Amino acid sequence: MPTEVKMPQMGESIYEGTITKWLKKAGDDVAKDEPLYELSTDKVDTEIPSPVSGRLEKIAVAAGKKVPIHTVVCWVEEGAPAAAPPSGVGGVVAGMPPVAPEQEPAAPPPAGEKPAPPPAPAKPVPEPAAPSAPSEHGGDGERVFASPLVRKIAREENVDLSQIQGTGGGGRITKEDILAYVESRKAGPAIAARPAAAPALAPAAAPPSEVAGAMAGRPAAGAAPAKPAIGRPGEVVPMSPMRAKIAEHMVMSKRTSAHVHTVFEVDLSKIWALREREKDDYERVYSLKLTFTTFFAAAAAEAIKEFPTLNSSVNGTNIILKREIHLGIAVALPDGLIVPVVKNVEEKSFLGLQRAISDVAERARLKKLTLDDVQGGTFTITNPGIYGGLFGTPIINQPQVAILGVGGIEKRPVVIDDAIAIRPMCHLVLGFDHRVIDGAVADQFMAKVKNVLQNWSLPIK
Amino acid sequence: MPHVTFLDAITQALREEMERDSKVILMGEDIGAYGGAFGVTRGLRERFGADRVMDTPLAELALVGAAIGCSYLGLRPVVEFQFADFISSGFDQIVNFAATSRYRWGVGVPLVLRGPWGGGVRAGMFHSRCMEMWFVHTPGIKVVVPGTVRDARGLLKSSIRDGDPVLYLEHKYLYRRLKDDLPDQEELTPIGKADVALEGKDLTIVTYGAMRTACLEAARELERDGIRPEVVDLRTLVPLDRAAVIESVRKTNKLLIVHEDTRTGGIAGEIAVSVCEEAFEDLDGPILRVTAPDTPVPYAPTLEDYFLPRAEDVVKAVRKLAKY
Repeated sequence: MPTEVKMPQMGESIYEGTITKWLKKAGDDVAKDEPLYELSTDKVDTEIPSPVSGRLEKIAVAAGKKVPIHTVVCWVEEGAPAAAPPSGVGGVVAGMPPVAPEQEPAAPPPAGEKPAPPPAPAKPVPEPAAPSAPSEHGGDGERVFASPLVRKIAREENVDLSQIQGTGGGGRITKEDILAYVESRKAGPAIAARPAAAPALAPAAAPPSEVAGAMAGRPAAGAAPAKPAIGRPGEVVPMSPMRAKIAEHMVMSKRTSAHVHTVFEVDLSKIWALREREKDDYERVYSLKLTFTTFFAAAAAEAIKEFPTLNSSVNGTNIILKREIHLGIAVALPDGLIVPVVKNVEEKSFLGLQRAISDVAERARLKKLTLDDVQGGTFTITNPGIYGGLFGTPIINQPQVAILGVGGIEKRPVVIDDAIAIRPMCHLVLGFDHRVIDGAVADQFMAKVKNVLQNWSLPIK
Repeated sequence: MPHVTFLDAITQALREEMERDSKVILMGEDIGAYGGAFGVTRGLRERFGADRVMDTPLAELALVGAAIGCSYLGLRPVVEFQFADFISSGFDQIVNFAATSRYRWGVGVPLVLRGPWGGGVRAGMFHSRCMEMWFVHTPGIKVVVPGTVRDARGLLKSSIRDGDPVLYLEHKYLYRRLKDDLPDQEELTPIGKADVALEGKDLTIVTYGAMRTACLEAARELERDGIRPEVVDLRTLVPLDRAAVIESVRKTNKLLIVHEDTRTGGIAGEIAVSVCEEAFEDLDGPILRVTAPDTPVPYAPTLEDYFLPRAEDVVKAVRKLAKY
């Protein structure tokens, strides 16, 4: 009996999840705890490991489908696979760059994986089946599941099957799907390519500063996110679950909070020098990259201790002042962003903070965050400066009341004691909720942050 | 109110052909004085005499051998098996002699072998089986399997006029259950031509014999879901009307084959491969089949009901295929 793999419940208030990508396909061997698929829920994106070792018999829920928790999503026939495949085989783990240039079409698949060619007909058939290569695979290398009829139509109509979202069993592209596509293409190039469940006009690329988290341009470990590629010009593509969530959350925040922004310029000479001096040592001794983000986080935490209103939330006409400082660190992902939370920053040493930030940022990119990792933030830091922007005006991450945006760090001429000096400068922007924080408090908070950073005196080891 | 039963139609065909051609004779066990186990030949001895409606010993091998001999002498014998199951006792004469005669020396054997087949009447494993595939697999014999009152008459008349051995199978479940009105004028249903029993668009159901009725019942049920299957009744297994099946598949792009015969080696396999060979690129789904399981026909009523494919089994398979 194959083992049923069910949609897990990823948190108390979560009742459904979207399988964003299958990392294995039917017929693949899978080892226990090896990732089977990527799951996206309201709260977290993560990889779901296989509960048993065996062969992935059948996929019941196609990528892109949202299903309730406890739904059977696939079956794994138990029994140890011949050899546990090395990680990365049968589905590149998201976020990890492929080691070698992809060669999947040429690589000989394991026995039984390749669909049998059509049987040789008794009489010569005028047109031998020769599915065109581009139709065979989706953009991400997954095999497009389509019947012989659909492939024939695709060939005749010159349709790239990876452009069509199947509505048949297991996400198969049905005859109706491709005929509708061909029809719509005739009607006009701008007609929906994918019959999306929800109306899905992708927002015109919002400037990063408009989107809180897209500011995590520079994640702690310093890797830049891949260029987003959601579709081709002229197409209408449905939002990914993450994108839809971001959209909803951002608008909700703008509606909820009275956003005000204040901008400070900070001289990072001391930190710059400190970091230059210590970073190699840091890497050697702790195997950690010493990042600017941690300095900003530590400075924010120091300032919050003095101005606790910044670390609060609103409940009706009450202001809930939080005892703990749980710092959200926005991390950009190729297809969106996520804000993992570093807990109890008030108790952490600089080293502990750096370790925690590196950890969540790394796991965010590997989609290995747990629900707990993304809940409970009380204040957020984001990094819009990575592409050279001077600063951004971040949107508050609800239900928090303030967000610190870190602009680009750049050497600039500054006037010091009537002399012009070259200093590494950075703009810090605080987005705050005027319902609870007035400008004076916000500026005092920022002055404190600036002071901590410019006159850094905290131990970092 | 239709009044002609499936059984009546067979009797009518025999009578008409005997009236038309004095060379047509009937041979079989208890077909004369008794009128046959099911009464198909009742009244024919009185009408045509004992010379043309002959009772034979309970010895199928001798019976078939004698009939082949008669055919060489210019007669057109129609042999009745009390139950088609017992045709196995005459097997050697049929497959080695009658079936090869034209190939061996150019002499056809205008012989009709007819008998009641199939289950559903609580008759147990020796009186219920589907044995058509033994002969489908034997080149030189035509296999005719009517599923309507009209085809029962029209196909038997064509079989009697055919110049080669024809196995004509009468589903005993239909004998008195199936009723229809028949036109007065003579009708000859061509051997080797399938019949589109119901036009549809969503998928093709290919079937024959008593399963035609089950498939049409399923189609009525499916209509409520908005699924419109096309039902193709093969009517003849040899020669097989592949062209009709493929034409329908090209239209609907999906195929379900339903037969009462057991699964392995049933006609479904032959049809499925034929479609793959000639219409692979017209398929928008897997070819599925609904059949009896690979066991003898059970005697216990509950088991027989389970064994036989039913309309609800067809509905289930169609839903699956339609959704695919």
